[in-house]
Amino acid sequence: MINTKNKEESYLTVKHADFIPTCLALHKLCHSPVMLMFAEDKRETRSCYRLNTAFYASGKQHWYYVCLDFPAGDQDFPSLAKEIYSASLFEREIWEMFGIRPEGSPDLRKLRLHEEVWPENSFPLRKDFKAGEIAGSTGKDYSFIKGEGEGLFEVPVGPVHAGIIGPGHFRFSAAGEPIINLEIRLGFTHRGVEKMLEGKDLTSGVKISECVAGDSAFAHSWAFCQAAEKLLDISPSPKAILIRALFLELERLYNHVNDIGGIAMDVGFTFASAFASIMKENIQQLNASLSGSRFLKGINLIGGVSKNIAASQKDMLHAKLNSFSSDLDELEKILFENASFMNRVENTGILWKKTAEDIGIIGLAGRASGIAFDLRQFIEPYQGAGFTPITRDSGDVLARLNVRILESKQSLHLIAAFLEKIKTGDLSVTPFVPKEGFAAGAVEGWRGPVIYWLKLNSNGKIERCKIVDASFHNWEGLAYAVKGEIIPDFPLCNKSFDLSYPGNDL
Amino acid sequence: MSIFTIIKNRLAKGIVDIDLAGEIKQANILGRELRSVIDRKFKGSFNIRQVDTGSCGACLSEIIAAANPIYDLQRFGVNIVASPKHADALLVTGPVSRNMALALKKTYAATPGDKFVISIGDCALDGGIFKDSYYTLGGVDKVLKVDLHIPGCPPTPLVIIRYLLAFLRS
Repeated sequence: MINTKNKEESYLTVKHADFIPTCLALHKLCHSPVMLMFAEDKRETRSCYRLNTAFYASGKQHWYYVCLDFPAGDQDFPSLAKEIYSASLFEREIWEMFGIRPEGSPDLRKLRLHEEVWPENSFPLRKDFKAGEIAGSTGKDYSFIKGEGEGLFEVPVGPVHAGIIGPGHFRFSAAGEPIINLEIRLGFTHRGVEKMLEGKDLTSGVKISECVAGDSAFAHSWAFCQAAEKLLDISPSPKAILIRALFLELERLYNHVNDIGGIAMDVGFTFASAFASIMKENIQQLNASLSGSRFLKGINLIGGVSKNIAASQKDMLHAKLNSFSSDLDELEKILFENASFMNRVENTGILWKKTAEDIGIIGLAGRASGIAFDLRQFIEPYQGAGFTPITRDSGDVLARLNVRILESKQSLHLIAAFLEKIKTGDLSVTPFVPKEGFAAGAVEGWRGPVIYWLKLNSNGKIERCKIVDASFHNWEGLAYAVKGEIIPDFPLCNKSFDLSYPGNDL
Repeated sequence: MSIFTIIKNRLAKGIVDIDLAGEIKQANILGRELRSVIDRKFKGSFNIRQVDTGSCGACLSEIIAAANPIYDLQRFGVNIVASPKHADALLVTGPVSRNMALALKKTYAATPGDKFVISIGDCALDGGIFKDSYYTLGGVDKVLKVDLHIPGCPPTPLVIIRYLLAFLRS
C-alpha cells in the first residue's frame, strides 16, 4: 500500500516477507543509503511496533518510507544490515531503545546505553518505560573488535581527550606505526533527547532541538520547524525562508573556518590557526549583533523566524562579509603556500568514493569523496541563486579542507544573493494550531543533512521525534579513512571530518 | 604572499572588526589583578583541565574562544592543559550523562593535590534543559563538590573570564 503523504514523502506499507526486497529495490533505484530508520511503539493503539526505513531519491527529490508493522508479541524484524551496511547503526539503536531485535543482525552491541551503567531489559523509547526504576548495570563490558597477531597492540584513547572537545573512546589496533583498525565507541554524551521530546509541545521542541548539537543549533531547529510546518500545512513566507537560509550560511561559515583553523592546529601550524580563530570570532560576533546569539539560537519559530534583517543592516553585513572574504583569501594563501603543511594534508586519511558509498557517507565528507549530494541543490532560495554542490574526488584531508574553503566562498556569494532578495514581508505566519499527524524536515547543515521525523498526537503534543545528524552516518567514514595511517595523523584526520559527539549521541 | 604582507595587512585593518574595546579594557583591569593573585598563590600559572560530560558543544566552543587571540585568557596566567595531572582545576561542562560519571570521577582522582571544580553552563548546574531525562544525573554537583559555577547557555568568553577572575580574587 502506498500512501503519498505530501508531495515530498511517500509511505509504503509492506508485509514481513517484502520488507528486505522493497528496501533493496529502493536502495538501488534511489542510489540512497538508509537515510533514517526508526521504530514507533504503537502497542497501545494498534498493538504493534512500526518500523520505518527511509531512502531519498535525489532525482525526484522524494523521500520513500518503507513501513513494516509487526505484532508486539513477535519482537523480531528481518535485519537489513546484512544487505545494506548503512542500516547497521540504526538497527543497533532500535534494539537497545525498543528491545525489538533485528533478526540475523551481524552486530547487536550497545551504542548509547552503555553496559557499565544501564541494565538489560530497560528500553527507554517504549511507551511504558519508567525512568525512576532504573538502577544497576548489565555487569558486562563492551567488547571491542580484537586484532590478533605478532607485534599487534592496542592504544585506547578517551573518553576524556587532551583537547577541549566532546567525549568519545577510540580503540586503535596498531602494528608499529600504522593503524590496522580503529573502533570508535560513542554514546558518552547521550542525554535521551528523543525520549525527552515525547509529550512536549512544539514550542518546547524547538528549544530542545537547539541544544542537540550546539554548533549546528540553527540547522537542527530549522529541520524541526520544517517538519512541524509540513505537518501543520503552513508555509513560512519567502522572506522568512531567505532569512533562514542566510543564518544557515552564517552557521556554515563560522564552523567551516573553525575547522580550517583546526586542521592547521593539528599539524602544529599555530599562526594559521590563530588567524582562523579570529575570523570565527568575527562571524560569531556578527551572529550576536544580528540575532542576539553567538550560536544563532532563538531565531527559528514554527511558521517563520523571530529576527528580521533590516535594510539598515545590509550595508554592515556586506562590509563584514567583504572583510571576511579577504581574510579567507589570506588564510588560504597562508596554508597553501606552506610546503610542510601541504605535505601533511595531501594523501592523508583517504576515504575512497566506493567505500563512502558502501557505508553511506553523506554531507561534506561525502562531497569530498566525490558524492555530489547536497540537500540545498533542491530547494529555494538556493536554486534561484544558482547553487551547485562542491565536490572533490581525492577523499583525503586536503579534499575535505578544499571543500570547506570553497563552500565558505560559496556561502559568501549566497548570503550576498539572499540579501538582495530580502524585501518587506512577514517574518512568521500567525499562531499555529497543533494537530495530529506526521512529517519530516531535512536541512543541509554544515556537516551534512540534519533530519527530523516528527509525529504529533491528538492533543498536539509530540508522540515521537526521530533525529539524525549527519555525524551518525559519518563517524564510520573516519574509521575507514585512518586505516593504514599512523596514529599521530589521527587528530588531523579526525578534525578534517569534525563530527559531532552530541549530535550523534542524542 | 610573504609573512610581511600579511602582517602589514593586519596592521592596516586591525585584528578585531567589532568594537570590543570597552569590554577588553574591563577584562584587562580585572586581569592585572588576577595576574598578581596567580603569581602569588599559584606560582605564576593557573592550569585548567576541561571535561565534557554531555554538553551540546556550545560551552566548549566558548571556552576555546576565551583562549583565542582576542580574549586571550592565557595572558592572565590561566592555561588550559591537556592532562588532569597538570591541572589546578577541572572545568566541567554538561549535565553529566550516566556514561560520563565514572570518567569524571577518575579525572578528578587523577588531578593532584588541592584542586578546584568549576562547572560551566546551565546544564552543568542542575541538568538545565536535560534535567528530566532518564540518562542525565542532573548537574556536576551530583558527582563532585563544585567550587564555582559559571552560568549561561552558553556563557560568552567575557563572562567566563569575569567569573574566573572574580573567583580567583576571592
